[in-house]
Amino acid sequence: MSELLKVNDCGIYCAAGDFYIDPWRPVPRAVVTHAHSDHARWGCQSYLTTEEGRGVLARRMGSDAVIETVRYGQTVTIGSATVSLHPAGHILGSAQVRVESGGDVWVVSGDYKIEPDPTCTPWEPVPCRTLVSECTFGLPIYRWSDSRAVFAEIDAWRRRNRDAGRVSVLFGYSLGKAQRLLAGVDPSIGAIYCHGSVQGLNADYRAAGIPLPPTEYAGTYDKKKAEAGALVVAPPSALGSSWMRRFGDVSTAFASGWMAVRGTRRRRNVDKGFVLSDHVDWPGLEVAVKESGAERVLFTHGSTYAASRFFTEKGLDAGALKTEYQGEAEESEGALDADAQAPDAESEANADAPSSSQES
Amino acid sequence: MERFSRLYRDLDSTTKTNAKVDALKAYFAEAPPEDAAWAIYFLSGRKIKRVLPTRDLVDRCLRATDLPYWLFEESYAAVGDLAETIALLLPFEERTSDRPLHEWVEDEISVLRHLDEAARGEAIERAWRAMDRSQRFVWNKLLTGEFRVGVSQRLVTRALAESAGLDIADVAHRMMGPWEPTPSFYKRLLSEDSGDVEISRPYPFCLAHPLQEEPETLGGVKDWLAEWKWDGIRAQAIHRRGEIFLWSRGEEPVLEQFPELAADLQRLPIGTVLDGEALAWKDDAALPFGTLQRRLGRKSVGKKLLAEAPMAFLAFDLLEYDGEDWRQRPLRERRAKLEELLAAQTFERFRLSPVAVGESWDALAELRRESRERRTEGLMLKRLDGPYGVGRTTGLWWKWKIDPYTIDAVLLYGQKGHGRRANLFTDYTFGVWENHQLVPFAKAYSGLTDAEIREVDKFIRQNTLEKFGPVRSVKPELVFELGFENIQRSTRHKSGIAVRFPRILRWRKDKSPDQADFLDTVKSMLPEGTGASQAEAPGDEG
Repeated sequence: MSELLKVNDCGIYCAAGDFYIDPWRPVPRAVVTHAHSDHARWGCQSYLTTEEGRGVLARRMGSDAVIETVRYGQTVTIGSATVSLHPAGHILGSAQVRVESGGDVWVVSGDYKIEPDPTCTPWEPVPCRTLVSECTFGLPIYRWSDSRAVFAEIDAWRRRNRDAGRVSVLFGYSLGKAQRLLAGVDPSIGAIYCHGSVQGLNADYRAAGIPLPPTEYAGTYDKKKAEAGALVVAPPSALGSSWMRRFGDVSTAFASGWMAVRGTRRRRNVDKGFVLSDHVDWPGLEVAVKESGAERVLFTHGSTYAASRFFTEKGLDAGALKTEYQGEAEESEGALDADAQAPDAESEANADAPSSSQES
Repeated sequence: MERFSRLYRDLDSTTKTNAKVDALKAYFAEAPPEDAAWAIYFLSGRKIKRVLPTRDLVDRCLRATDLPYWLFEESYAAVGDLAETIALLLPFEERTSDRPLHEWVEDEISVLRHLDEAARGEAIERAWRAMDRSQRFVWNKLLTGEFRVGVSQRLVTRALAESAGLDIADVAHRMMGPWEPTPSFYKRLLSEDSGDVEISRPYPFCLAHPLQEEPETLGGVKDWLAEWKWDGIRAQAIHRRGEIFLWSRGEEPVLEQFPELAADLQRLPIGTVLDGEALAWKDDAALPFGTLQRRLGRKSVGKKLLAEAPMAFLAFDLLEYDGEDWRQRPLRERRAKLEELLAAQTFERFRLSPVAVGESWDALAELRRESRERRTEGLMLKRLDGPYGVGRTTGLWWKWKIDPYTIDAVLLYGQKGHGRRANLFTDYTFGVWENHQLVPFAKAYSGLTDAEIREVDKFIRQNTLEKFGPVRSVKPELVFELGFENIQRSTRHKSGIAVRFPRILRWRKDKSPDQADFLDTVKSMLPEGTGASQAEAPGDEG
């Protein structure tokens, strides 16, 4: 039996509609789940995304890119396939791609999380026969706490820093995590400054109607005039770069799901690790698989072995699908951070970016 | 528990020494003495006797989570720490326990030993249910006895001294030897009056730095005393008020292991403390380290062993004389008194550690070439006008070892050998420390005796963490001294370095994994210009 979706050299391919989902090489027609660089690559002739995600995708792919959009849940026909995009709750505009043809239904989750996030439309289950899911954090050790508790920790850390006369520098991906952080922190503690790559995307979020607190471009930060309690939000690639010097005495922290594990936290070499992820955790994965009603689950990236074996033992047809997605890469965000791979697209917002570490 | 758990988090979340000291001071300022005593106990690396097999914790955790064992193993592999893996997996609702640390330790842990397996499991789960995630982690750490937070006894000592306004040397001294973590110990530790030194208490050992530069950089050779660096058990010999004690550098009383040293200890004048090296010694020469090793870790010593591996104590320093602390006096004076003391009567097994005499650094370097045949590791260089330092004081003592390419590493993986060694785990991968992780750094196949190979094989089978085809990862517990001929940078190796002809020099049964070397120490051996920042080895000093 011929499969509705298949992985080839370029990505996940749908023969019925002659399009790719999140291709890793340039193809004529790409349906993208979200604008992170391991899912949305340059050079495709056309892109299909959600209306909510147009702004951030355009910033990433450049102004020449041909981008078509649909509303969440709206169906379009491509060849003999029916395609619709459904909220994935990962970042602004992120989608699960539902493909139906010849009575078969597949859903490609892209990256997703179950927990509501004020900066994007929340995830919803999409019934299907075959679910293609990420499992970046596909081990039972990853169980996220309520994000309100994490933000309480972040705010407590900021207050301590303010009282000690230090600037708080919080690292998180510039697309998605940074805005989630901005929307979640207490804006009354002190002024908020953003790295160029973050500040540009903030504008896209605001344009899409996502309320964020006022933020200043970090390039304007003046040590002499700065008031106590300032927060700086920057991509991980800025850590350890000369860009950091302007802030004087700082306390550094990293917000990521990987911070759940002590060893990873220590390797990061920041003062604090906050466990905040935009990926599904283990209990969430169980929920997502169950609610999709899928008979078959294919895992694309992360702990594919453990997730496949676990769901196989639960009686599902589960396996791994070899892709080039990286999820939230643990060891070398400098290289894998979304910012690093699209420096040109951000150059206008990025004048002060430490280019060496951005590209390293 | 919450206060201690918070201290653990604070210590764990910083790499800055001052921040750690501040966190400790804040803790000591708040904690009741009952808790503070236990905190000092654990943070200074002391362990409580194991009350249950680790497997009990794992089983209870699996029961609570309903996870298959293989998934626990996968999780453990991702986390690298059993106590933490369990804390991350437990599904119980989190509560923050306000019950003080000492109650948890004294009322809960010690009881476990007397319970049967089922009751033990229930008690463990009750504890978990009363705690939050980070408390569970600390609790599991206490139960598994592996408490590592990047805090040394020295740091704890410093924090205590600073919070109480005491001299760090006094506190260090009071922390030596055996003590019970009681409120009265804690009060004594911080009391103003320092005249209460118990008679058994050794002084903190003065430790040497490895000499990385040419000896000429130390100045004139006449300012230095050169001694052989013995390859034995560093020890302090104490005779006070008619009682005798022999302490190893690991603060273990070792006189029972070396009963033949007792008579000479008695011969020392009352009120004497000597620093020296206990060695297997016969016919005026050191026996191989392997011979000495047969004497280690035994509760009783048979006649045959006593005859084959007799011990001697080679004294090289005098710390206390006539009940008076001599450590601030210059080495020149201490050494003279030591020589006088040992010459004053006949000792059977106590002898003066001989001085290596050279008129110039070149002459000493020439003499140092005899190190191997004398069964020493090289020379010790000690500043003649210097005091006896507390811990690793820079500039007083240097170890000028012969073979720069030896490293103490921890066994991480084993693989079965071939031919004669088929079905025995004989091919080993060793790791050294970097950022609190053991990084694989060299493979070695040879250097152990057949008996040792069988022993390591048994260990690997019983302590396998994971199987990857023919390779097994093992509990990082065994320490070996590796030798190698050359070292270079390598991009192919995870550690960033490659070594040439690595082999096992010996099994360091006397060392625990935390005494293994750091990757930076290995890197500091790289040819000049390519080396990393120099880091001190936590290893031995002579």
